[in-house]
Amino acid sequence: MKEFVIALVGQPNVGKSMLINAIADARLRVGNFSGVTVEKAEVRFVAQGHSIKIVDLPGTYSLNDYTQDERVTKEFLENEPYDLIINVVDTTNLERNLFLTTQLLELDKKMIVALNMMDEAQKEGMCVDHEQLGSILGVPCVKVSAATKKGIGKLLNRAIDMFQFPHEKSKLIYSDVVEEEVAKIVLFLEEKRYKSAFTYRDIALKLLEEDVKTYHQMRDEPLWLELSLILKEALEHLYLHHESKDVSEIFAQERAAFAKGAVLETLTCKKCTSSNMTEKIDAILIHKVFGIPIFVVLMWSLFQLTFELGSIPMEWIDMFFVALGAYIKTIFGEGALGSLLADGALSGVGAVVMFLPNIVILFLGIALLETTGYMARVAFLLDGFFHRFGLHGKSFIPLVTGFGCSVPAYMSARTLKNDKDRLITLFIIGFMSCGAKLPVYVLFVGAFFPQEQAGNVLFLIYIAGALVGLIAAKFLKRFVFKGVDEPFVMEMPKYRLPSLKLIWHTVVIKAILYLQKAGTFILAASMLIWFASNYPKYPEIEAEYAQKIELAQSDEAKASLENEQAKVLLEKSFLAMIGKSTEGLFAPIGLDWKMTVALESGLAAKEVVVSTLGVLYALGAEVDEESEGLLEVIQKEIPFASAVSFIIFVMFYLPCMAASIVFAKESGSYKYLAYLFVFTTIIAWGLSFIGYRIALYM
Amino acid sequence: MIMLSEMNPGEQGIVSKIDAQGELKQRLFSLGLRKGSQIKMKASSISKSTLEVEVGSTLLALRYEEAKMIQVRV
Repeated sequence: MKEFVIALVGQPNVGKSMLINAIADARLRVGNFSGVTVEKAEVRFVAQGHSIKIVDLPGTYSLNDYTQDERVTKEFLENEPYDLIINVVDTTNLERNLFLTTQLLELDKKMIVALNMMDEAQKEGMCVDHEQLGSILGVPCVKVSAATKKGIGKLLNRAIDMFQFPHEKSKLIYSDVVEEEVAKIVLFLEEKRYKSAFTYRDIALKLLEEDVKTYHQMRDEPLWLELSLILKEALEHLYLHHESKDVSEIFAQERAAFAKGAVLETLTCKKCTSSNMTEKIDAILIHKVFGIPIFVVLMWSLFQLTFELGSIPMEWIDMFFVALGAYIKTIFGEGALGSLLADGALSGVGAVVMFLPNIVILFLGIALLETTGYMARVAFLLDGFFHRFGLHGKSFIPLVTGFGCSVPAYMSARTLKNDKDRLITLFIIGFMSCGAKLPVYVLFVGAFFPQEQAGNVLFLIYIAGALVGLIAAKFLKRFVFKGVDEPFVMEMPKYRLPSLKLIWHTVVIKAILYLQKAGTFILAASMLIWFASNYPKYPEIEAEYAQKIELAQSDEAKASLENEQAKVLLEKSFLAMIGKSTEGLFAPIGLDWKMTVALESGLAAKEVVVSTLGVLYALGAEVDEESEGLLEVIQKEIPFASAVSFIIFVMFYLPCMAASIVFAKESGSYKYLAYLFVFTTIIAWGLSFIGYRIALYM
Repeated sequence: MIMLSEMNPGEQGIVSKIDAQGELKQRLFSLGLRKGSQIKMKASSISKSTLEVEVGSTLLALRYEEAKMIQVRV
């Protein structure tokens, strides 16, 4: 059975992702912000006996390849095979949306226009004659509302209908001036009985638009001699009329005029109470004085919430894993297998799963910021400030995404058109502490600061990371990536209430991915670290201690001997060998070999930092404490100054392996990854050194 | 005739000339900002570094430097 491919195209913030979700209940992210669907997303399903694939292309304002996203869309539309375009438009902003539609019409493919957000348009008193619009555009128009799921079935039926019938060419009608000149050229071609696979109208338009390929073809024809004269005159008429010699501008004007005309003829406003909700909200949220404080308070609340609310289930999860570990040991015994499962697998995975509530709250917050349209306002507020540091207001998007995860953050930097702006942003994304670093902070902050201060300290860590990032950006702009600034022009989408279902989807996917990582990658890494910390075996030492323990008088003495044995064995393990071989590099910043190993394993994934600590400290402490949490152990075993140094190092050093690979891809070269490694390591080490020395005197 | 950058919040007019080049011009175009568009200054950030304007039914943010390239007939 042949599969039909539908390309979903539209401008940003028209509810494209929501529509594809409504069609196939797909798990896609929906956003109000440019760059949310950076990669093309696909959905496959069967309807009425046809198998259908819908490809969701990145939102684009026009086909002029301005940003990388737009280039992706343009390249797909021009080169990939597909059967039908569904052009999603925001009915409440019809004129601007139809500008893209006019460009799509020129691709000469089967197309349907989906008039989305019909419910909103009706609320604003707009009435669209979709049949009339369809006849003007020459393609069917269907009213839909992705939010209320109305019209979706009709849209699909229409698409399936279109598959059955041959393509009918739609005709874009230009202004009288252009049409006149087109008619002249067409007449000339007719008179000459010129033979071509294209229609005369197409050839005429292409020539007027200065299409290079067409010129190449026509230049070899004998009729070129006469045609060129007609063409020259025609172009001069156009120049005169449009007061410009830029043909692309003239045709853009023409298309815009067409779009305007189409809207004038088909859109009627009954009352036209263009909702000024957005205006009212903007009056507060982008207020000159209060705008930025409001933003800071919102971010601060998010981090408070992350810590305070997250800490409640965190304790339960911790207790659950400790209890489970003890239970497993009663089944599998204290031998190698029991230890591998309880001390290796469980304490590693447990240490990571413990932070699930925090992660969920943080991602929920970021998803809310994105889908409501507030992110664009923040970019507006911060651009003046960012600009001073050599960044772009839009850098804010990848930077804030970086607080969630660096991987999508690196990818969303594509919305920055200028290569240098993008590279600077890419270099400092890692300084925005990602979700996986949160467990490290929560653990250490929880261990060394009183509960009521913990939220503030956490907030401070994030702010400090961001500030260092800004300074680093300034440095890079000044000395490394010098050049002109990218212009700052962006849409401020209307405020929209997010669809709860979609937010829920987004967060659930994040949670599942996190748990999957914990169940696979972290599990394997934890067992590996357990092995490295338990082997090689030293039977003679064990025998020696067994003898001593036997001879010990009191239980207390026995316990302390057992503890001592565990420590001695750990110091001789593979892990200690690795840690100790690099210990010298980390000694000046106050880190022992255990912390060094934790940092090194964090290069694989930041979650592994905590799970490594979990395994290492669980082994050292299991003897005298039966069921003590990791937090208390850390508190007891690690000096305050070293903890400070450790946190700072984690804040700034190289992102995880997955992120590093994406970084190399997005920056365009592995050379930059090497630079990033050097750059981040120097900053991390230097700042840790300073932090450590200061903390020593505190 | 004044420059967009000189307009105060609440003032409106019609775009009469855009001095931008190439890609920026195309960009403004596809966002609906072109010769003949209705334009209204909505707000500015501190020190007027970033401006919010309304073009048709679209809200746009642009920098002071870009607004200097846009001539408006009030």
